[in-house]
Amino acid sequence: MYRKSLGMAVAISFWFVQNIFAHTLFISPPATGEEINKIVADAEEGDTVLFRSGHYFVNNIIIQKSIYLKGENSPVLDGHGKYQIISIESNDVIVDGFKLINTGLSDMFEFSAIRIVNSRRVSIKNNILENVFFGVYCLNVSQSSISNNRIKSNSIHELQSGNGIHCWKSDSLHIFNNYISGQRDGIYFEFVTNSFIERNISEKNLRYGLHFMFSQYNNYSHNIFSNNGAGVAVMFSHHVTMYKNIFAENRGESSYGILMKEIRDSKVEKNYFTKNSIGILMEGTSRINVENNTFESNGWAFKIQASCEDIMISANRFFGNTFDVATNGTLVLNKFSGNYWDKYEGYDLNKDGIGDVPYRPVSMYSMITEKIPYSIMLFRSFMVMLLEKTEKIIPSLTPIDLKDDHPLMKPPEL
Amino acid sequence: MLKIFKYVFLDIIRNKIVLLYTLALLIISLSMFNISESPEKAIISLLNIELIVLPLICGVFSTIYVYNSSEFIELLVAQPLRRVAIFRSILFGLVAALSFAFLIGLGIPLLIYSPDSTGFIFLLSGVALTACFTAFALVAAVYTKDKAKGIGVTILLWFYFTLIYDGLVLFILFQFGDYPLEKYMIGLSCMNPIDLVRILLLLKIDSAAIMGYTGAIFKDFFGSGMGTIISGSVLLFWFVLPAWLAIRKFRRKDL
Repeated sequence: MYRKSLGMAVAISFWFVQNIFAHTLFISPPATGEEINKIVADAEEGDTVLFRSGHYFVNNIIIQKSIYLKGENSPVLDGHGKYQIISIESNDVIVDGFKLINTGLSDMFEFSAIRIVNSRRVSIKNNILENVFFGVYCLNVSQSSISNNRIKSNSIHELQSGNGIHCWKSDSLHIFNNYISGQRDGIYFEFVTNSFIERNISEKNLRYGLHFMFSQYNNYSHNIFSNNGAGVAVMFSHHVTMYKNIFAENRGESSYGILMKEIRDSKVEKNYFTKNSIGILMEGTSRINVENNTFESNGWAFKIQASCEDIMISANRFFGNTFDVATNGTLVLNKFSGNYWDKYEGYDLNKDGIGDVPYRPVSMYSMITEKIPYSIMLFRSFMVMLLEKTEKIIPSLTPIDLKDDHPLMKPPEL
Repeated sequence: MLKIFKYVFLDIIRNKIVLLYTLALLIISLSMFNISESPEKAIISLLNIELIVLPLICGVFSTIYVYNSSEFIELLVAQPLRRVAIFRSILFGLVAALSFAFLIGLGIPLLIYSPDSTGFIFLLSGVALTACFTAFALVAAVYTKDKAKGIGVTILLWFYFTLIYDGLVLFILFQFGDYPLEKYMIGLSCMNPIDLVRILLLLKIDSAAIMGYTGAIFKDFFGSGMGTIISGSVLLFWFVLPAWLAIRKFRRKDL
């Protein structure tokens, strides 16, 4: 105990000492790119570099020491449409309160507003990024946070746009309260582990709101993903937790609330899916708990391919979806139990709140549209209604085993 | 002409069956909106009424009305009036009265519970279907002398447009599912007023699913301004064609 507090005291005094010798360097307009680079290069460990408000044209400010880059009243750092704006190559750097605009655009080099390479404990906060190729670009970064940033571009082509927050081979990141729109992917994760993505809004991106590959032990919660070209994709990962996110209005031919491909041992809980073409698409996934989610007014609430196994779908609420569940085969290795389906027509004689007849959520016509897409033209016609009723009595096309044996009579409380 | 129209219109409006029809629509739609959790779900249920019940009632009622007023028509024909004018007033009188009943029965609840573009398209297409099936009924009534046979023809037409036609399309879909039929599908859907109305409403109700699959051509066609104009004119055509056929026959018919 004593040794521990002594160690603490030494650490704190070092911190003080360091702070006593730290300086604040000021930069005010009209500083040129070279001048800024020189001041930043001359700064010592622990210094603060304060930018007065104004408009600066910069050419890749490279930070190789642990300094605090602070903007006063959102000074504008303008990359001229040619350059990268800030590169961080050191631990313990803070970039706070800037407006970063006009990065270069290139096919060879991934220009970004803020590029962080091989660093730890970096914090990027309260910045506004506009018209950027890549927003914040992390390569081998750990224990860092990206928060309260606003990233907004107006990309038109997928090939000529970059990601809002791009993270590669990183660990323990905390990404929260950001707003991202008009990029290629809102947030892009590849080989990222133990990270939290919280309370972000990612909308109107060209491809995915969140793109997630080979990233284990991550948690994303309370985010809003809406109007993205293809929704959210989570692929080739395990131990991912998705909690209380909103997936809305991701519409199009291959657009999903969440696309889950080759995922295992994960949780999808208390999310809200609304007005998506497909709420959740699962392909080759296993051991996933889908619980307490709400699916409302989607085209297909849930598409579960026959390649999935041990998916547990329980206590979800399905309202007003065109089709509740669709699948592409008759093999069923998953379990539906205790969900609320608004299309359920059964009865509950013993009044325990659980329907007495099983509910088969796969409608015949969703199987047919799976095979012949434009047959949706006949949907809701008298003919199709009759066919559906016959199929309900004697199932022939739909998988017999895909059923909810304990459908709820009333939607469960969340 | 206006006088006969007025007479026909008022006569039908006071008709017990039409009153019952109005009341039934009103009760059904009000209770649908009250029972279901969301107006969208109620509209889906009402869709079946609009696509199945409405054409049947309009068709059968109009046929019977024309047969029952054959003496009145003979009396009018004996007057110095043009046959075309007489026929037109009867046709428009029927359409106006039945549309009026429909607008009271479904329009009021829709205006209360779903006063948006979906509700608006729902009402417009209901009126269009009323007009089409009244015209069909007149064709049946003019071409056949026997009342029972005329009603039979109307029911057959209704049966064809609600069920058989879709069955045929489904058959084509299954047989030629491997070919790119999307464009032809638009053509096929224009060959049936009920299908056309259903698709127009589907684009509103199930837009998420429609966006997901048939994508480009379908949505572009029906969703665009041009598509709306085209589908509107196709519906008009489905009223004008049978009306013209019936008038042509009625002008020379030996009453």
